[in-house]
Amino acid sequence: MINAILIFNNHGKPRLIRFYQYFAEELQQQIIRETFHLVSKRDDNVCNFLEGGSLIGGSDYKLIYRHYATLYFVFCVDSSESELGILDLIQVFVETLDKCFENVCELDLIFHMDKVHYILQEVVMGGMVLETNMNEIVAQVELQNRMEKSEGGLSAAPARAVSAVKNMNLPEMPRNINIGDLNIKVPSLSPF
Amino acid sequence: MPAPIRLRELIRTIRTARTQAEEREMIQKECAAIRSSFREEDNTYRCRNVAKLLYMHMLGYPAHFGQLECLKLIASQKFTDKRIGYLGAMLLLDERQDVHLLMTNCIKNDLNHSTQYVQGLALCTLGCMGSSEMCRDLAGEVEKLLKTSNSYLRKKAALCAVHVIRKVPELMEMFLPATKNLLSEKNHGVLHTSVVLLTEMCERSPDMLSHFRKLVPQLVRILKNLIMSGYSPEHDVSGISDPFLQVRILRLLRILGRSDDDSSEAMNDILAQVATNTETSKNVGNAILYETVLTIMDIKSESGLRVLAINILGRFLLNNDKNIRYVALTSLLKTVQTDHNAVQRHRSTIVDCLKDLDVSIKRRAMELSFALVNGNNIRGMMKELLYFLDSCDPEFKADCASGVFLAAEKYAPSKRWHIDTIMRVLTTSGSYVRDDSVPNLIQLITNSVEMHAYTVQRLYKALLDDISQQPLVQVSSWCIGEYGDLLVSGQCEEEEPIQVTEDEVLDVLEGLLVSNLSTPVTRGYSLTAIMKLSTRFSSVNRIKKVVSIYGSSIDVELQQRAVEYNAMFKKYDHMRPALLERMPIMEKSSSNGPTEMVQTNGETEPSALESKHPPPVTQPTNQANDLLDLLGGNDVGPVIQTSMPTKPPSSGGELLDLLGDLSLTGGPTSAPVSTGPPPQPGFLLDGLSSQNLFNDISAAGIPSMTAYNKNGLKIEFTFERATPNPNIAVITIHASNTTDADMTEFVFQAAVPKTFQLQLLSPSSNVVPALNQGTVTQVIRVLNPQKQQLRMRIKLTYSHKGSAVQDLAEVNNFPPQSWQ
Repeated sequence: MINAILIFNNHGKPRLIRFYQYFAEELQQQIIRETFHLVSKRDDNVCNFLEGGSLIGGSDYKLIYRHYATLYFVFCVDSSESELGILDLIQVFVETLDKCFENVCELDLIFHMDKVHYILQEVVMGGMVLETNMNEIVAQVELQNRMEKSEGGLSAAPARAVSAVKNMNLPEMPRNINIGDLNIKVPSLSPF
Repeated sequence: MPAPIRLRELIRTIRTARTQAEEREMIQKECAAIRSSFREEDNTYRCRNVAKLLYMHMLGYPAHFGQLECLKLIASQKFTDKRIGYLGAMLLLDERQDVHLLMTNCIKNDLNHSTQYVQGLALCTLGCMGSSEMCRDLAGEVEKLLKTSNSYLRKKAALCAVHVIRKVPELMEMFLPATKNLLSEKNHGVLHTSVVLLTEMCERSPDMLSHFRKLVPQLVRILKNLIMSGYSPEHDVSGISDPFLQVRILRLLRILGRSDDDSSEAMNDILAQVATNTETSKNVGNAILYETVLTIMDIKSESGLRVLAINILGRFLLNNDKNIRYVALTSLLKTVQTDHNAVQRHRSTIVDCLKDLDVSIKRRAMELSFALVNGNNIRGMMKELLYFLDSCDPEFKADCASGVFLAAEKYAPSKRWHIDTIMRVLTTSGSYVRDDSVPNLIQLITNSVEMHAYTVQRLYKALLDDISQQPLVQVSSWCIGEYGDLLVSGQCEEEEPIQVTEDEVLDVLEGLLVSNLSTPVTRGYSLTAIMKLSTRFSSVNRIKKVVSIYGSSIDVELQQRAVEYNAMFKKYDHMRPALLERMPIMEKSSSNGPTEMVQTNGETEPSALESKHPPPVTQPTNQANDLLDLLGGNDVGPVIQTSMPTKPPSSGGELLDLLGDLSLTGGPTSAPVSTGPPPQPGFLLDGLSSQNLFNDISAAGIPSMTAYNKNGLKIEFTFERATPNPNIAVITIHASNTTDADMTEFVFQAAVPKTFQLQLLSPSSNVVPALNQGTVTQVIRVLNPQKQQLRMRIKLTYSHKGSAVQDLAEVNNFPPQSWQ
């Protein structure tokens, strides 16, 4: 079972954190810091496996990490997962991100944190591997994004408000109001 | 109220913060805005606010006030809201808060939603953080979805079912019918998660395990198809078809075949095929091979297959890729217990890994090296391991030192080698040695009787060099206290003896007392050592002075000791030599982990290994009790039986005379003394009915003899020699009865000449059954320091056919080996 998935940059700033086991918020941040310390000390030509720190689980847990440019992808797993398999999984995840964001870079992860979560949700669910076929994952994510877009998405609220008013059915305004001798001409307002 | 800013804006703003304080300020401002927006119950912007909240939560700021908002989002009709709402629920909520139960109804509705993605979201959330109550309520829905034909939902339902089973194991049976045709799916995603579900069920319940064994042929077929099928673009990862699924299936096969011959039989072929056909140039191929090897080792595979597996691991060890090497070392560690010889072949490669730069590999190699040490390779391996100990990181030193001690204890080829190894460890990594190794070492040194002079000399020299490593200092001061006389007399045989005067020794010990580097424990050790030297050295006045100075020390420990020692000088001076004499050979406590059967007698030794004085204090008074019996009277010493009450203690003077008789070879008091009443923490002689364990010199060397054969009663003597003291002969009598009536109230007594000492232990029973149906056994221990010919007078009393019978006899025909 995968206990946690952490992505942070070379300075330890978290870009995505996902815990599949309950940890208090304070403890979560401590774990991130500790993991960063352990992983950043590693040379580039050593193996990608580390014994877990003291905070996250006991001796059964391992940290499996991969370093891509400015980001560390760290998976904390227990002994029921194959270590080499997890390495491949990290690769699949990163390639999927690449496909979804078109040459993904750190900025993409920063500004689209929620989208990265949704992609991850299609790969790992409840600490277990759900789907490893890249094309399948990308297709599902695309369809869901399309659904969201059709509703207007997160930032489309003003546009929605505009379109709502557009579709409002205003009762017809009289063009000429005859009040005795006065003749007031009402300008014709175009529906907006 | 102006529209809340977009997530993107917020992120951009936060990134411009140059200090932590600035960032905190921005976030607090935004949190306030979000809070007021929540209060206004604004539906349009809620999703945006929650998204921002999640971002801030990731950075480490509290976000609990968004929990209810997530629930409101989940209840909304829009997909966008649901998506971010469920994500928020997974990140912010957990089963500890009662709030999460409010989700149950929403999830239930969403599980039956018309849109598959909404159903997917609900399944995902339930599978990640569903509590046991939620799982119980919703298990039925999950089970329904497990049978759907929609593969997207089916795979999610499978993993959700795994979570439900983990939370509520009783519900496992509910999912059983749905698993019937899971494996006939074509979709690899569903196959993968189904295998995970089956694995979970098999691991949890042995009944399920036997139920699913019938799936082995199907699994083998699927695996075969994966390997044999050509290039399939959708599942291909670096040239191998769906390696993740292959690995999962191999793991399930491992669990199914574990203790079952038939299943293992069915798997043999496919495992061989995978092992030989998989390409090893990329990581994926190696992942599959690794899993295959683990499976082969775990099931009841045939030997050819096992050899193939170990060879694959050997190849892994030579691979340049560090990950592969790490993985190989891990699996070798798992298999070294069962296939020891096969792993031995790769020993040199493993030892080379000790020199690797990678910390993880070094640790694995060290553990594996310790597992591979045996009697044949101990010298070579120890050299490598000691070299490793010198140069490794501090985090390894404690474990390595303990491992070295254990290995040395088990396989030491000679005592001198053993002591040299210990010295090497103490001098190079002394401060990392575990605390309990000090008493172990002291005991080891005491027991190596002939090495005392050599040991104390080397320890003294080490002490002159360096007094900062506490364990080394403690062991050294203890030894100098015990064997200081050997040190000063320059008696060393193994090495060039050094010339040391008593004053120099006392200088060193006093130096320890005043040094800043010594811990209180060490100071205690050195004070005691100085005190012990008062009986071994002649410069008693100097010692008296030191002891009296510390009578007013601030450290309570030291003060107490010094005051007691002072009292010994003043009021109890006559007892001092007896109290401070040499320590006897100590029994190894069985609480110290895996110990050899050789020296233990199964009893734990509570206080024997402490550095304090209680053992020697109780010991001599016991001696006084028993030996006094021998002193009185005729030339045939009286019998001592274990059930005798204790005699009143005498003065120490007679004790001294007695001890003059016994040759002090460092452990003379292991001889037949200190029986005493049972609660006494007597050392060697408790439970000596398990006598046979104790002696490792085979009795076959000394022939047995018939001591008495009259009136149907036959008494045979069998001999063993007790180690470590060769002066003790252990005789076991076997009494058998050839008549047709039992001999009841059977009592066997023996007496020996004055130059011997005898101890009789309790008999196995006092009824000798008729017609050789059984024997009564009893153990006699005879100390024969002057190696005179053994003679014994025996007296037998028993009741036979109603009448009491008594007989006396002399036994002279002891075989020469028993007393030489």
